[in-house]
Amino acid sequence: MTRETLERKIEELQDEVVLLGSMVEQALLDSVSALVKRNLETARRVYADDRFVNDKRFDIENRTLIVIATQQPLAGDLRILATILEIISNLERMGDYAKGIARITLMLGEEPALSPMSYFPEMASLVVDMLHRALQAFLDRDVAAAQAIPPDDDKVDAYYNQAYRDLIKLMGEDGEHNDQANFLLWVAHNLERTADRVINICERTIFVVTGELFEFKSSDDEVLADNFGLD
Amino acid sequence: MSQPAEFASPDGRYAIEARRLNIYYGDFLAIKDVDFAIKRRKITAIIGPSGCGKSTMLRSFNRMNELVPTAWTRGQVFFGGQDIYQPDIDPVEVRRRIGMVFQKPNPFPKSIYENVAWGARINGFRGDMDALVEQALIDAALWEEVKDKLDQSGLSLSGGQQQRLCIARAIAVEPDIVLMDEPASSLDPIATLRIEELMRELAKNYTIIVVTHNMQQAGRVSDYTAFFSIDEKRAGYLVEYGDTQKIFTNPEKKITEDYITGRFG
Repeated sequence: MTRETLERKIEELQDEVVLLGSMVEQALLDSVSALVKRNLETARRVYADDRFVNDKRFDIENRTLIVIATQQPLAGDLRILATILEIISNLERMGDYAKGIARITLMLGEEPALSPMSYFPEMASLVVDMLHRALQAFLDRDVAAAQAIPPDDDKVDAYYNQAYRDLIKLMGEDGEHNDQANFLLWVAHNLERTADRVINICERTIFVVTGELFEFKSSDDEVLADNFGLD
Repeated sequence: MSQPAEFASPDGRYAIEARRLNIYYGDFLAIKDVDFAIKRRKITAIIGPSGCGKSTMLRSFNRMNELVPTAWTRGQVFFGGQDIYQPDIDPVEVRRRIGMVFQKPNPFPKSIYENVAWGARINGFRGDMDALVEQALIDAALWEEVKDKLDQSGLSLSGGQQQRLCIARAIAVEPDIVLMDEPASSLDPIATLRIEELMRELAKNYTIIVVTHNMQQAGRVSDYTAFFSIDEKRAGYLVEYGDTQKIFTNPEKKITEDYITGRFG
């Protein structure tokens, strides 16, 4: 009863975050589908629609700052609002990655696809599923659900490494398809970075519940650590 | 002092409006040249440092300043299309339609029931008094706590309950506007938050003007905020007036920002 206004405002902001998340999930799926099917129309739309993602991000940010300024949120309430600011920043960058993929589709035009293109639908599907689950875990304040997502990032990294090796090999072979290979490297990079940002969201969910900020280590980090004696 | 553009047109969207209002105590000018239009069924907060005339400004809206012998005004206060300071206006009727809740709860030394019924009775209410009392207590978020002890003294209640009783008393006579002068400053934090949530409920039906020295309260509860300060002659004046959200995130004047951020003086 006593903080009804604050609680209602937090719920409204969370609804907006879910909406922004849906926009980004759709943009990612559409951008990869457009790439694989060479659908320039869809690619153009994803590219142009990124401005709606940006607009909504700034709208949520503005409203969150107003709640912080006028409601004096503390403790858990403050962590939730700080996390909303982090999540929307990550979502906006993921939107940029989808836009980047759309741009590559437009630049590739009609050229026949190189074989690593076939990795991308599965990669995208996995990344979008991770994002969806991460946002749900945030809404549910579910630490276990947030912790279950990083192993999928390892799978995304594995796809990335495979695509990278294949594309580098193709570039070495005949030099005819270097542009496309380069573009597809970027697509793989964008999807891999999207997954990394989903992990940021998971870390923030744990922060909301426990008050502790901690970074998940990826399997790549662990390999590096073993090889180079890093912490 | 310029109004936010939306207030500028005199078309009855205001609940009450001060125009070129100056308030004196004897020779001392306490409030200088204020143009201040209050929007209907919104919560407007008046904030500012001690001595800036916030309570004087508030009391000018229902002619309560007249209870101070040396007080006099120049300028006008328009309510219901009329200047309430005209000689033919009945101040008692003004104070029924523009009620007031004070900093220290001041229930009558009567039963809870009588506290609420008394004003209505004086105003000639002939209908179902039990229903009126119940509704006022429900609207003041007090009914559940007192419904089984309406005959007990109003003074037997806790501070927060007494204040809600005073609110019930004020709204029982069906005012248009409720003036609140630091309504929660003598209450503990939980009672304070309950009063604030009650204010938001009341604003659905009444115009609320609240003076508060607690800026965070103004931020939490109000739609519009008016910042008053003191000039070099110690007269209070209206510095800035606008959407609370704007005042608290990006005020126009540096002096407003200094006050809001606690860098004043």
